[in-house]
Amino acid sequence: MQKYKAYLAGYMFLLPWLIGFFCLYLSPIVASLYLSFTNYDLLTSPHWIGLANYKSMFTDDYRMLDSIKVTFNYVLLSVPFKLAVALGLAILLNQGVRFLGLYRTIYYIPSLLGGSVAISVLWKQVFDKEGIFNAGLRYFGINGPNWIADPNYAIYSLAGLSVWQFGAVMIIFLAGIKQIPNDLYEAATVDGAGVIRKFARITLPLLTPVIFFNLTITLIQAFQTFTKAYIISNGSGGPINSTLLYSLYLYIKGFTFLEMGYASAMAWLLLVIIGAVTGLLFLTSRYWVFYSDGRD
Amino acid sequence: MTLNKPVKSAIFHAVILGCGLMMLYPVAWLISSSLKPSTEIFTTRNLWPSSFTLEHYSNGWFGLRNIQFGRFFLNSMMLCVIAVIGTIASSSMAAFAFARIEFPLKKILFALMLGTIMLPGHVTLIPQYIMFHKLGWVDTYLPLTVPKFVGDAFFVFLIVQFIRSIPRELDESAKIDGCGWLTLYWRVILPLSLPALITTAIFTFMGTWDDFFGQLIYLSDIKKYTVPLGLRLFLDSSGSSNWGAVFAMSVLSILPSLFIFFAGQKYFTQGIATTGIKG
Repeated sequence: MQKYKAYLAGYMFLLPWLIGFFCLYLSPIVASLYLSFTNYDLLTSPHWIGLANYKSMFTDDYRMLDSIKVTFNYVLLSVPFKLAVALGLAILLNQGVRFLGLYRTIYYIPSLLGGSVAISVLWKQVFDKEGIFNAGLRYFGINGPNWIADPNYAIYSLAGLSVWQFGAVMIIFLAGIKQIPNDLYEAATVDGAGVIRKFARITLPLLTPVIFFNLTITLIQAFQTFTKAYIISNGSGGPINSTLLYSLYLYIKGFTFLEMGYASAMAWLLLVIIGAVTGLLFLTSRYWVFYSDGRD
Repeated sequence: MTLNKPVKSAIFHAVILGCGLMMLYPVAWLISSSLKPSTEIFTTRNLWPSSFTLEHYSNGWFGLRNIQFGRFFLNSMMLCVIAVIGTIASSSMAAFAFARIEFPLKKILFALMLGTIMLPGHVTLIPQYIMFHKLGWVDTYLPLTVPKFVGDAFFVFLIVQFIRSIPRELDESAKIDGCGWLTLYWRVILPLSLPALITTAIFTFMGTWDDFFGQLIYLSDIKKYTVPLGLRLFLDSSGSSNWGAVFAMSVLSILPSLFIFFAGQKYFTQGIATTGIKG
C-alpha cells in the first residue's frame, strides 16, 4: 500500500515534466522526422515528397553547401582556441591564489554578456574598418581589413567573438584543477620534477575528463550558434554567405521562406552531424581520457 | 636569470590583470562611447570623455516612433519573472521525484531527461512552432512562458544533484512525524535546496533575458517586443546614423545581467562548475 502511494506521489511530482516531455520533445521529434520528408509551408497541408529535401540539400542547394562549410570553419576556428585559452589561463590562475576571485570575475564577464544582442552590435563596430581593433593594429603599423564586410575575414570576427567568451569554460577547468590531489605534486617535487614535467605528467592527464567534457559541450554549442551571425550580418548570413552559420540558414529557410519541411530535414542533418562528431569523440576518448578511479 | 619572489609575483599579476583589462576594453569602450558627445565617439581614443552627456540615453529611450524603450524592458522583465517562477516550481518538483521517491521506470525516465539536454533544439523547433501556430499562440507570450512550466532538464539535473547531498535521515524523521510527500517536499527539501534554486533562478533569468531566437520567431507585434528585439529594431532603423543612441541602449540592455551577476556571484561559479552551462 505504502509502495503504491509512493508510485503515485512520484508520478504526480513528475507530471509537469512528463507532459512537457511528450508535448515538447517526443511528439515534435516524431513530427519533425515526418515533416522532413514533406513539402510544408504552414498554410497548406504537408505534401509527401520522400527523400527530395535531403537530396536537394546535397545536390542543388549551393547556399546549403556554403553554410556547412562556414559552420565547420567556425567550429574548427573557435572551439580549439577557446579551449586552449581557457585551459592556459586556468593553469596560470591556479598558480597565484591571491585575487583569484577578482580575476575570475574579469574573465567571466565576456561569457556573461557574449550571448546578448548588445555585444554582437558592439562587435560589428569593434571590427569595422574604422573600428577600435584596427586602430589597435595601426599602432603596430598593420593596416587591418574590414573584418565584418570582407567575406574573407567575416568568419574570423565571429570566431573571435566566441573565443572571447572563454571564461565559463575556464571556470570549469579551474574547478577540475582544484580536484587534483596536492600530494601528487609534492611527490613529484621530491623526485625532482620541474614545472613542465609536472604539467605534462600530472595536470594534463588528470584533467583529461574535464577537457573531454568541455570539448563536447563547446562543440555542441558551436554547431548551434545563431545570434552572433544573425546580428553581425543583419540576418542575411552575408557578405556572400561568409557568415551563414547552419542555424541561421535553417532559420531563413524555415521562417523567412516558410519551407518548413526543408528546415526539418536540415534539423535532422544537424542532429546527425552533431551525433557523429560527439560519437567520434566518445570513441576516441578511451585512448586519451584518463579516469583516476580506474574506470576504463 | 633569477628574479626574487615579489618581482616575479608582480609580473605575474601584471600580465593576468593586463590581459583581463584588454579583454574588457571593448565593453569599457561601449560604456564610454554611450556617454561621449557624438563627435567624439570615433575620433578620440580616450576612454574618458571630455564632457559627459546623457543625450544618447534620452535619444535612444525615445528614439522609436510610438514606443519607448521602457516598454521593452517591462516586457522582458515580465517574461523573465514568469520564466523563473515556472522553471523553479516545475524543475524542483521533477528533481524531488527523481532524487527521493521510488517508482517504476524511474531510471529510464531519468536517462531520457538527460538525453533531452544533448538534443539540439532545432529538431523540435519547427513542430513546436507549428503546434503553437495551430493553437493561435504565435505573437503572444504563451510560447515563451508556458514551456517554462514543464521543467528544464538542465536544472532538474542540477537540483537532483543537490538534493542527493541532503541527508536522508531528515526524510525518515519527517515521515515518522507523519509528513506526507507534499509536506516533505515543501517543508524540508525545498528550503534546504535554496542554493540550487537560486542558481536555477539566476541562469533562467539570464537565459530568458538573452533569448533572442525564441523571441524573434514568436513575437512580431512591436508592442510585445522585448529588449533584444527592441535593440535589433533600433539598430535597423537608426543604425549607423546614430551609434551613440544604439550604444546607450546596448549598455542599458546588459545592466540587468551585470547586476544579477554581481549580486549572485558565488552561485554562478557553483552553477557553472557543476553543470557546465553558459559556455
